[in-house]
Amino acid sequence: MKTANWERNLLDLIRRTSTDLPSDIEAGLRKALRSEKKNSHGYWVIRTALDNAARARGEDLPICQDTGTPIFHFRVPVGFDTNALVAVTRGAVSRATRRGYLRENVFDAVSGKPFYTNVAPGSPVIRIEQGARKTVDARLILKGGGSENVGTQYSLPDERIGAGRDLEGVRRCALDAVWKAQGAGCAPGVLGICIGGDRATGYECSKEQFLRKLSDVASDRELARLESRIVRDSCQLGIGPMGLGGRTALLGAKIAAMSRAPASFFVTVSYLCWAFRRRGMVLGPEGGLTRWLY
Amino acid sequence: MKTLDAPFTEAKVRQLVVGDLVSLSGTIYTARDRVHRHLNDGGILPVDLKDGAIYHCGPLVIRRDQSWAVRAAGPTTSMRAEPYMAGIIRKHGVRVVIGKGGMGESTRKACQEAGCVYLDAVGGAGCVAAACVESVGAVHFMEEFGAAEAMWELSVRGLVCVVGIDSAGHSLHADVLASSAARLQDLFCLA
Repeated sequence: MKTANWERNLLDLIRRTSTDLPSDIEAGLRKALRSEKKNSHGYWVIRTALDNAARARGEDLPICQDTGTPIFHFRVPVGFDTNALVAVTRGAVSRATRRGYLRENVFDAVSGKPFYTNVAPGSPVIRIEQGARKTVDARLILKGGGSENVGTQYSLPDERIGAGRDLEGVRRCALDAVWKAQGAGCAPGVLGICIGGDRATGYECSKEQFLRKLSDVASDRELARLESRIVRDSCQLGIGPMGLGGRTALLGAKIAAMSRAPASFFVTVSYLCWAFRRRGMVLGPEGGLTRWLY
Repeated sequence: MKTLDAPFTEAKVRQLVVGDLVSLSGTIYTARDRVHRHLNDGGILPVDLKDGAIYHCGPLVIRRDQSWAVRAAGPTTSMRAEPYMAGIIRKHGVRVVIGKGGMGESTRKACQEAGCVYLDAVGGAGCVAAACVESVGAVHFMEEFGAAEAMWELSVRGLVCVVGIDSAGHSLHADVLASSAARLQDLFCLA
């Protein structure tokens, strides 16, 4: 493996993810601006968010100081040296931290001591999938802590919100999660929802939904309908941008379903803030950049 | 838009009303999870917060030549400081708390009784906030807590916020929470 090539391009992936808001999210924010009343708090929040996106891109600055947990998703050819890939990814994370694209954001959970490079047990998160392909597909999400804290998991039936084991129950879980989050997740965000799975895979699958573009709809027609219904309903809660009141509480909702055991019916809801940092690139076998995804 | 300049006296702070847009200038001190816990536990406060401002923020700062460069400095979620905030406001005479997402009942009461306001900055807008930082003064607790949890002395100009909790006992967040709870029940009925 040509380490220098890989590390340089993965560093660029981190830099761009941290500084350059994806165009689908920016378009979603522009649409939200049109729906908020002029001179309202919601309008002010969205306008500031758009100013911030332009400034971050123009001046090569991180969109948000909380550069969160870096979550890498790789798809690699069969037989690819994944150990070497993990090593260069860690190297790129460390360099991106030194250059100020990532905050020193990882601490020992017991002693509280900082790890200065963001390379530590459990950080960065790296998922690798092998498949019949010639290139490497590298995607990155920087998931902020505020949005991570408002993620939640329901075990249905849930009497408190009257949610049974059906899609109406899923709708109630989603709306309850948006209501509980109020402004703390940095609304308007995007929901990633997984129906089924176990407690661990449910969260994993719900977060994978953030790899989908805002315009992407679930292939299942019922789930696709539910996705738009949840966005429509959430915007009637009056929570608005940053929970200061207004019309836009969500930019999107993405749902996926897995299998489940008879005893369990989990609905897992993950939240990603409006500072939705997600980028991807396709790399050749030697680590050269072929093209950007998103 | 109203302006709020240091020193943040009780008289100035008492004039602000929930929902006001405010442009703030002066010295503010970042404090987040670790600093709040430290102060709550009776730890030493290295600065004077009388008529001062606390900013719930863990900035992204890098060393450049002999000084610090603040690359992003938006607010962090304030609610995590709720168990400690009221005590800190009362004990140290803090007049302004800046953060995001609002705070709870005990902070609302402390703001009313002690004469303090809570201001919402725009979460996620890290470089817009960083652009308001004119200079970086001393940094405290750097060794123990790390850069993101340290207490940074930031001199800011024109940091725009909205008043989330005023000193008359009003909370924008409590209002939104209550009205959205009622709408949630309505939406549940529309199965």
